[in-house]
Amino acid sequence: MEFIGYMGHVFTPANFALLLVGSLGGLILGATPGLSPTMAVALLIPFTFQMEATQGLILLGAVYTSTVAGGAVSAILLKIPGAPANIATMLDGHAMARDGKGARALQLAFISSLVGGVFGVGLLIAFTPILSEWALAFGASHLFWLAILGVTVIASLDSSSVVKGLLSGCIGLWMSTIGFDDVMGAQRFIFHDAVSGGINIIPALIGLFAIPQVVTMFANGRKAATAEILSVEPHPITKAIGEVVRRWRALSIGTLIGSFIGIIPGVGGQIAGLVAYDQSRKLSSESEKFGTGHSEGVIAAESANNAMVGPSLVPLLTLSIPGSPTAAVLLGGLLIHGIFPGSDLFDNHPDVAWTFINSMLIGQFLMCIFGLYVAGFAARVARVPNAVMAAIVLGLAVFGSYSVQHSMGDVYVMATLGIGMYFLERFGFSAAPLVLGLILGPIAEANFVEGAMIASATSNLWVFFMSGPLNLTLIAIILASILYSVWMELRHRRHTTKDEVIAKEGRG
Amino acid sequence: MSTWQPQQILASGLLAAVGLGVAYISYTAQPAQAFLFPRIISTCFAILAIWTLGKALIGKAKAIEGLDRATLINLLPGILIAFIYIFWAAKALGFYTATALAVFSILAFYDPAPGFKARTWIKRSLITVVFVAVMYGLFAMLLNVFTPREILF
Repeated sequence: MEFIGYMGHVFTPANFALLLVGSLGGLILGATPGLSPTMAVALLIPFTFQMEATQGLILLGAVYTSTVAGGAVSAILLKIPGAPANIATMLDGHAMARDGKGARALQLAFISSLVGGVFGVGLLIAFTPILSEWALAFGASHLFWLAILGVTVIASLDSSSVVKGLLSGCIGLWMSTIGFDDVMGAQRFIFHDAVSGGINIIPALIGLFAIPQVVTMFANGRKAATAEILSVEPHPITKAIGEVVRRWRALSIGTLIGSFIGIIPGVGGQIAGLVAYDQSRKLSSESEKFGTGHSEGVIAAESANNAMVGPSLVPLLTLSIPGSPTAAVLLGGLLIHGIFPGSDLFDNHPDVAWTFINSMLIGQFLMCIFGLYVAGFAARVARVPNAVMAAIVLGLAVFGSYSVQHSMGDVYVMATLGIGMYFLERFGFSAAPLVLGLILGPIAEANFVEGAMIASATSNLWVFFMSGPLNLTLIAIILASILYSVWMELRHRRHTTKDEVIAKEGRG
Repeated sequence: MSTWQPQQILASGLLAAVGLGVAYISYTAQPAQAFLFPRIISTCFAILAIWTLGKALIGKAKAIEGLDRATLINLLPGILIAFIYIFWAAKALGFYTATALAVFSILAFYDPAPGFKARTWIKRSLITVVFVAVMYGLFAMLLNVFTPREILF
């Protein structure tokens, strides 16, 4: 119950003000189509440099929480999911809005997001200290395999093709070696002055997540916004609360599935929402109503995608392994303040760790309150034309990257990586494994070098890295995640006809 | 040969070339100990990239979105503006002047509002001025970020 002792820290004027700003801003950003939670958090990191670590994390955590929920606004009112996590919400939410039940759909979405989110943060509070103590048992070889696991799990689960996912992870790992070697001081792969100090993680994150979105907006051309905002008629909040309670089965399914999926590294909110929606439909006595504006669909999807937020931070805060792209960006936010997750975070910076976690708990309530009262306004803001959004994001990306080290080199790296990533995405590659490779590369290499030194004094390299129950377990998980994804890919390919592929190619 | 196969081959060929180049450097550069980890990574990189190229060559690669002519035509002006903004104007003209020009150019190219109306241009100018003012407030005044000297002031 250590977290209760730090609850008061959330309510200091500066911290609470940042929580309010982050929750409100995140809601509007989340409602804006094309601005994903990961991209919103990445663009905000430069603003946290001059803040204390706790304040920076409160802002980033609040934005993360609210952008996930905020995506429901545009999914329901505009039929455009604010983020991939809100695709399942759109299926029934927009149908409800078309029937004049937009306010009810929004209320159900935010109340179930609150329940799911609080449960998820509860799991974060319960499991994080235990796992961070357990992490103390990890030596160099285990940490090496853990870092590789972080990359391979996301590479195999987050990508359309396992090989391309693993290749993206390898590119990220290689890019993390650019610059000066820590042990020998040797120059490695320095092709341009801009990367002489290595690739700074923040400009890289901004480039990899924000610039492809900007280029995608360019690729859409001069399209006028055609989405019509559906009006929001008043609806008593007490009725919505009653309905969520009555639909307890959908709420429980969404919350439990979201929490479980959140804790698995690499599986995002999009999957959580869709799996919860599907399971809720299968177990519902009114399954035929799903897709026609049924409240259970909204409740299951929204409780799931917010329930995954807290658990997705468990591997990050305990083992330094980001469980999702957004968690990877948050890791960047921690590292710029010189804080390393794991036992160091809870032993040496418990105030930072617990204030951040508590702020996410309080942030769930603020997100719900703001969501209920400003959803209509957020939907209007969300109609910002593509051209304006592209210009704003490009400007923020340039200023944000430059402000990290006051270096034009960082801006060049950001732009080059971003434009390169856009083209790679068009060919089936994914940014998430590349980012994880870039972030986890130094952890993997440092522990590999340390392990190699220990091995040269005690045993041989092979025995040191390939023996022991923990090493073997981690290697088994790595292989299992890759083989499972290969099997799923082959299975999917077997069920995809040649005509379907040709039709898909023709559309592309 | 499917519609996107040449593009698949080109993209995976480029990656294979980078992978092989990185592997070559890793295995030949000195001191060898500093390249121990990059050797492992670059070996995997090269193998996976060659695998991807092989699949593209025999037409077994997964269907992709690819790049059609219309998409390329749409994104070309935007990428050009972004390149000039980032790689030349930001340093030569100063961040705020360059940002104003880039934002205005993007709006001029991509805003679907009718270009013959004076109101459209006033709106675009206003958006540009407000955005640059907000950037100045945030970065110069709040965060004390010193950007390259402006050409106009």
